[in-house]
Amino acid sequence: MIQFKNLVKTFKRARVLDGIDLNIGLGERVALIGSNGAGKTTLIRCLLGEYAFDGVVEIDGIDPRKNRTAVLGRIGFVPQLPPPLKMPVGQLIEFSAALCATDPARIVAIARQLGLDVEAIRARQFVRLSGGMKQKLLIAIALGRDAKVLVMDEPAANLDPEARKIFFDLLAERLNDATMIISSHRLDEVSSLVNRVVEMDMGKVVLDDTVADDAGLTDTLACRIVLKRFEPAFAKALDGWKLAADAERLVWHGQIAGPDRLRFLGILSRYTALVSDFSLAEN
Amino acid sequence: MKQFLLTAKLDIVESLRARWFQIYTLVFGGIVALLFVFGLTESRVLGFIGLSRLLVTYIQLTMAILPIFVLITTVRSLAGDREAGVFEYLLSLPVSLGAWFWGKIVGRYVVVFAPVFLAMLGAVIWGSISDIEIPWSMFGYYTALLAVMAMCFLGIGMLISVVARTTDMAQGAAFLVWLVLLLFLDLILLGVMIQGRVDPEIAVTLALANPLQVFRTAALAMFDPQLIVLGPSAYVILDLFGATGFRIFALAYPAALGLGAAFVGYRIFRRGDLL
Repeated sequence: MIQFKNLVKTFKRARVLDGIDLNIGLGERVALIGSNGAGKTTLIRCLLGEYAFDGVVEIDGIDPRKNRTAVLGRIGFVPQLPPPLKMPVGQLIEFSAALCATDPARIVAIARQLGLDVEAIRARQFVRLSGGMKQKLLIAIALGRDAKVLVMDEPAANLDPEARKIFFDLLAERLNDATMIISSHRLDEVSSLVNRVVEMDMGKVVLDDTVADDAGLTDTLACRIVLKRFEPAFAKALDGWKLAADAERLVWHGQIAGPDRLRFLGILSRYTALVSDFSLAEN
Repeated sequence: MKQFLLTAKLDIVESLRARWFQIYTLVFGGIVALLFVFGLTESRVLGFIGLSRLLVTYIQLTMAILPIFVLITTVRSLAGDREAGVFEYLLSLPVSLGAWFWGKIVGRYVVVFAPVFLAMLGAVIWGSISDIEIPWSMFGYYTALLAVMAMCFLGIGMLISVVARTTDMAQGAAFLVWLVLLLFLDLILLGVMIQGRVDPEIAVTLALANPLQVFRTAALAMFDPQLIVLGPSAYVILDLFGATGFRIFALAYPAALGLGAAFVGYRIFRRGDLL
């Protein structure tokens, strides 16, 4: 479906992409990882037709430079840093929907699912929204159309646990009809979302491997935590994950999204000394 | 067409919310207001009174301000948007490069031209209400002159925005272009002529390649058809074009220059990196 063949990109004398060969099929969820300067963003920009390049980049056999609208009509893109657009939220939705030939109501519905009330912020400038709101809206615009390829740069980074859970559910709905490329600096941030890992370094692919993960995007895990004593900071963190507590706020329980378990365990690890009992069981 | 209109509308909305546009509108609206406040319609210079006098002063002031304003704001906002990631996102949407580039130009043209024109139109409306005689032919020609002036410098601004990779570079280049045009307006040409190394005809031709000089001369020609204030240069200009010919040239040449620059900009934009 997506093909990079001997892709080379040079800025002045610096070779940022050095002969990338990569084939990505329909339904694959690829984590594109690597440190700063590895070439991830440049690769994505070549795919989006935003950079001129040497070699071949094709989606379903179509070159994104020569047939921009045909290729970009199939791609939903979520950037890492939201653009500082001054236009109102309503206009951004209308503009994107009109260009992508989709119904603005679809975008609004997905935004609502993610916990963003578009009607309340319709007249507000996009640039004035919080980081999480911007991210939700950009995800809604990317998912609110029939994109065959979803290109996302750390898409869940600014989302709260509840929105992340819904985001995973939304991605799960597209598993069979979309290819996903998720870029991140760290594999642990995205490992649960993908079934293939491509690591880049100095403009080359240095690792191309599959990810074996039995947890699906829609799986949830029953969580129970018993604390030795009450700790306000930890309680606040658990509140954020929508866990419920008993009257003394020492026993907590609730559901954790399967793809989010590593992130949850990361938070838990900071308070290990407070935990007297802990379980995370598949439902 | 739909993509083109959407892009133009987007640029208009973005510009209307930008601070530069508010200042820009304030400047030109303010100029007209100040000219009325200072009683320019009651003064008489070179036989010009009433609204003619106001329009002559307005066009002279506009010629000094509009080019640098259009150049700087165009390159600042476009290069700034590219640096801030606005282009990265918006150009990831399915919009053709032609629709994007020309849509941006048309959108920007509307917001650049509208305030200068509306300020002048406001003066005319006020003049009509106050029973001041309206010099319609002058108003019409000055409107056309402002329209091509905006087109000329917008095209040059777009070209600079495409070529320069950073906001600082783009701003510096825009300022340099304006400075060169300004210097060739009088200072350098006069120096060259005084030294006697260049034929006056060549010097005048060079001056007429400068859109700023063309606007200036065309504006002068409206109240000084023989271009007496230009001295010997007037002979060259009027011999070359004639009075009507020069008026047409003053509209056609800067418009062609602006469109040409925009077209070159588009070719470079389409072939190279978009970000």
